[in-house]
Amino acid sequence: MGFKRKDLLGTRDLSALEIRSLLESAESFKEIAERPLKKVPALRGKTVINLFFEPSTRTRTSFEIAAKRLSADAVNMSASTSSVVKGESLLDTVDNIQAMAPDIIVIRHKFVGAAHLIAGRVGARVVNAGDGANEHPTQALLDLLTISEHKKLEPGLTVAIIGDIAHSRVARSNIWALLTLGITVRVCAPPTMLPRGLDKIPGVVVCARPEAALAGVDVVMMLRIQLERQDRMLFPSIRDYARIFGLNRQRLELAAPDAIVMHPGPMNRGVEITSEVADSDRAVILNQVSNGVALRMAVLFLLGGQGHE
Amino acid sequence: MSENKENSVCSAQDVTQMLKRIAFEIADRNSASEKLVLIGVLTRGVSLARRLQKIISTASGRELPLGILDITLYRDDLSIATHHPVVRKTEIPFSLDGVTVILIDDVLYTGRTVRAAMDSLIDFGRPQSIQLAVLVDRGCHELPIAADFVGVRVPASPQDRVMVRVAESDGFDKVTVMPRNSIPQDSTSGEE
Repeated sequence: MGFKRKDLLGTRDLSALEIRSLLESAESFKEIAERPLKKVPALRGKTVINLFFEPSTRTRTSFEIAAKRLSADAVNMSASTSSVVKGESLLDTVDNIQAMAPDIIVIRHKFVGAAHLIAGRVGARVVNAGDGANEHPTQALLDLLTISEHKKLEPGLTVAIIGDIAHSRVARSNIWALLTLGITVRVCAPPTMLPRGLDKIPGVVVCARPEAALAGVDVVMMLRIQLERQDRMLFPSIRDYARIFGLNRQRLELAAPDAIVMHPGPMNRGVEITSEVADSDRAVILNQVSNGVALRMAVLFLLGGQGHE
Repeated sequence: MSENKENSVCSAQDVTQMLKRIAFEIADRNSASEKLVLIGVLTRGVSLARRLQKIISTASGRELPLGILDITLYRDDLSIATHHPVVRKTEIPFSLDGVTVILIDDVLYTGRTVRAAMDSLIDFGRPQSIQLAVLVDRGCHELPIAADFVGVRVPASPQDRVMVRVAESDGFDKVTVMPRNSIPQDSTSGEE
């Protein structure tokens, strides 16, 4: 039946059934945000540790709110305030946390595989909240949840992902999950931001120009340009990037008339997306944020709301 | 195969009669309360609530609001349950402050579902009162909970399983008792 794993580390190895079951569960959690008392006792007495070795506001807050609405005790640890700055290794930090008997560890780390590494080491359940440029499964799942409010998640749907694909765990997790559901993915980026071999994956169409990626597409996912990477000269200038790859009203006209626009945030207005588009009724960017809480509640509940096998 | 070990307690006709009687009792006892709402506990409690709503509407013209309650997140056995409980959507599109709630479920057994449901309802607001209507009270309560409206009392031992089937989920209405060990693994009917 549904999702039965110890950990949620990525979307790459999830089956279509697992993805659909997670989304269906999340659907039931949406309503809790509209209650006068936004809290249920499901994870009372469980401890969730948010271990963030990379800066994050949205994702960490979203996990924290999700845990608290389930009545779990949520503890936040970020690298800047932890013993990491004192030179402790990742494994030592994790061993110390495990010694405090948490039930779920949510981890973000700049190294690919960090979540997998600790999942094999601790008894607690582990949720990958981003490991380097590899995966960010809850973001992809909340994106799917948001798409499902407007479109049927089935073959025939086409999603365009435009931006820095090479450095984006959001793009990777989305691509794996979308392909598993049989959805066509078009990707578009400057050549320096395209991972090699992407065009060899069945179901992925690589487009050189955003106009080609957008033509008739049902869903547009814009990725954040990581301005902090600008020193690596991946593109000539921010202005050029915005001119060639940015999503503006004219370009959006190329997409299907009822196409929705998504962005995982934080947005660089005027770079990858114009304010006009970001604030239009086609944008579902804030719905993504709301759905993030419901989806993470479902994940925490499915991982933590059960006895040990 | 296991079908013949089932001991039929109520036929479809009995179920219809019991629901009619419960509906009249509810309307009668609450004729003075202006704010009366029905809330069904998923899954079969909701089917029964819909039927009660219809009977009351046909008989008295009174249209009672209907809510749907999933109690999974309030269960007291989450930490010992070995399977993944499926969370379904709660839909209570009205305020519960000051209203009289008729909570409806198919079977009253341990009382733990009702406890969970009451906790959940109280998180939604402060109802004036909560009354409990069940199609079957099978006894063996583990909590001090009693029903206000009962279709039928079926004294059964913990070794028995009382199964309520309703047309909406199972294709037909029927109440049966069967020994627990003869229940097929995939059986889902008869929530207790």
